[in-house]
Amino acid sequence: MKATATKKKVSYAKWGYLFILPFFLVFLVFQLVPLVSTFYYSFFEYYRDGLTVVGPNFVGLKNYQELLSADLPKYIGNTIVMWLIGFIPQIIVSLVLAAWFTDVRLRIKGKTFFKVVIYLPNLIMASAFAMLFFALFSVNGPVNGLLKSMGVIHTPIRFLSSVAGTRGLVGLMNFLMWFGNTTILLMAAVMGISPSMFEAAELDGADHRQTFFKITLPLIRPILVYVLITSMIGGMQMFDIPQILTNGKGSPNRTATTVIMYLNNHLYSKNYGAAGAISVVLFIICAILCVGVYFTLNQEDEKKHHHKKGGK
Amino acid sequence: MKKRTKKLISMSLASIMALSLAGCGGSSGGSDSSKKEGSGDAGKTLNIWCWNDEFQSRFNDYYPEVEKVSKDKSTTTLKDGTVVKWTINPNENNNYQNKLDEALLNQEKASADDKIDIFLIEADYALKYVDSDYTMDIKDLGLTDDDLSEQYQYTKDIVTIDGTQKGTTWQATPGLFAYRRSIAKDVLGTDDPEQVQAAVADWDKFNAVAEKANEKGYKMLSGYDDAYRTFSNNVAAPWVDGKTVKVDENIMKWVDQTKTFTDKGYNNKTSLWDDAWAKDQGPEGKVFGFFYSTWGINFTLLGNSLADPDGEKEVGNGIYGDYAVCQGPEPYYWGGTWICAATGTDNKDEVADIMKKLTCDKDIMKQITLDTEDYTNNKSAMKEIADDPDYGSAFLGGQNHIKLFAEQAEKIDMSNAGKYDQGCNEKIQAAFKDYFDGKVDEDTAKKNFEKAITELYPNLEKVEWPSN
Repeated sequence: MKATATKKKVSYAKWGYLFILPFFLVFLVFQLVPLVSTFYYSFFEYYRDGLTVVGPNFVGLKNYQELLSADLPKYIGNTIVMWLIGFIPQIIVSLVLAAWFTDVRLRIKGKTFFKVVIYLPNLIMASAFAMLFFALFSVNGPVNGLLKSMGVIHTPIRFLSSVAGTRGLVGLMNFLMWFGNTTILLMAAVMGISPSMFEAAELDGADHRQTFFKITLPLIRPILVYVLITSMIGGMQMFDIPQILTNGKGSPNRTATTVIMYLNNHLYSKNYGAAGAISVVLFIICAILCVGVYFTLNQEDEKKHHHKKGGK
Repeated sequence: MKKRTKKLISMSLASIMALSLAGCGGSSGGSDSSKKEGSGDAGKTLNIWCWNDEFQSRFNDYYPEVEKVSKDKSTTTLKDGTVVKWTINPNENNNYQNKLDEALLNQEKASADDKIDIFLIEADYALKYVDSDYTMDIKDLGLTDDDLSEQYQYTKDIVTIDGTQKGTTWQATPGLFAYRRSIAKDVLGTDDPEQVQAAVADWDKFNAVAEKANEKGYKMLSGYDDAYRTFSNNVAAPWVDGKTVKVDENIMKWVDQTKTFTDKGYNNKTSLWDDAWAKDQGPEGKVFGFFYSTWGINFTLLGNSLADPDGEKEVGNGIYGDYAVCQGPEPYYWGGTWICAATGTDNKDEVADIMKKLTCDKDIMKQITLDTEDYTNNKSAMKEIADDPDYGSAFLGGQNHIKLFAEQAEKIDMSNAGKYDQGCNEKIQAAFKDYFDGKVDEDTAKKNFEKAITELYPNLEKVEWPSN
């Protein structure tokens, strides 16, 4: 009896492993191997000169030295600036919309319709969206035409030749594409708050502003942090919008070149060594950001508990 | 019993999963082998790689063996049943070359029907492919010196390495200055090509005309890069020497001239190929003229000049007939497309026949020029048209532009072409655009060019600028 029982256990475990095997195989082949080889090749000189392959020759940390002495910090800065230009209005607008849509006292009609409409830009492919803006804001484009016919300007504005214009447009597009998504996430978070909280606040005579800042905001903090982290990682990997809007040039004066565009420049020349080094740096940055945000979140939680206790 | 069925089901499920996974990786291999068996003696597919539909339309219109063209133009069927498959990848930012490189590196492994048979190359990077094992000696294909005797020597030189010619072309690409007759009349009081040429015969005169045009409310040129080729073709040495990019003095002259033009408002601040640039060539344009070589006049400029792009190509549609050409301040060339046979092709006879018919056959060459106004690579055919007093281009207001091309074609010197030209040309234009726009100073533009060029060509180590 006893012997058969143990056998059974072993065989169940075996089937368990067998079932999760496909995932691990896929992970191994498509994620782990590329990840490790990226680290590996970042220490090599490995590129293509015309049709001749040069390398791989081991060069130690040379790729990293060249990266950091070159402009990588500048491109990281570009990326962060363009992310912030989009993210700050995104989070503010989303919070306001989420608060309005979930406010029982406002009774907004056609909520589902608005939810669909604000989510729609996210369904368009980013590259198509960028092409659209490229055409809209070109020198002969409809925006300039409109401004001209309204008499606001006399000579067309060269949006994509100015730093503010290019970065502003990238930020605007990111904002338009993502504020709907964020709104829906935040609405879900707000609706997760027990209605009795709001009722209690109302009974105590709290107005809209007080309810928002004292009840809603503190209680949706975990979702806010989630939105922040995902947006930050997405922002660090910003690529298709600036790439297509500037025709791959990251102009003017490389101020719209993001880290991934820089990586893409190296991949275009099949420079696996330098491209690997950028990827590793980006990986480390993302990891640090995630860990940082994760711990601040935990600390905040602990602080809050402390506070509560102290208050009592 | 029950346990056994469970076991069986789970095992079959697991094996299905594993199979479907394996299927993903192996499917392409599997279908390849089956295709090979199916087609028997392989090679009834001819793969041609290019970057726009220019050669495709020449091929479909003038290759005598063409039977029919598929509706979406992706394939052409020949009379003997061979199917020509077109692979078209846009040129910009090395895109065409990168795709082509991948395919060529896999050429040996590819099944017969997937092997590239013909690919097209441009002057700016011809050397990269000519100086490699991926292109075939055209003599090995069966083309003789006699076949090639009527072609311009420079078109042979550029694709010749160590005495072996590895490509051939149907066009020669001398450049001219195409100007608007109506604007020339207003500015210079004449639209006669010889008198306009006298007015723009060197750069000082050209600049003087620019000033006059500006006073009358016209722009001399459309954008920053219009005059680029007239400078970059007259450099003293190739772009790259060993591992150093050497920027020629003439390139810096282009920078200075363009900056002056921009600051004085002589140009419209456009860039090559953008929509504002194309619009400047049309009915609403106020630009005196454009530097264009053969293909640019009949292919790009004509298309842009029409008010209704789908309408009849005749006087009355846009500014058709309002352009004329003159030699301009300096002789130059721009572009040019060469046909190369890919090593490993399984259709040598067909490839050789295409080369012979579409680049060496005098009658076909002459017909192409008469129909399309392109300048083809056959000296005697071109001479016949140049000397024909009745020939004139309706688009150019009846002018015999072939005569001018014939004069300029003899002056083309491509000895300074190299394999890095496309990247260098594109990157320097992009880097200095910020300078012309007034966004950065000259030194920053130089730095940005250095960065861009070392990103693109990791083997190049430094950039030297002319000392003054």
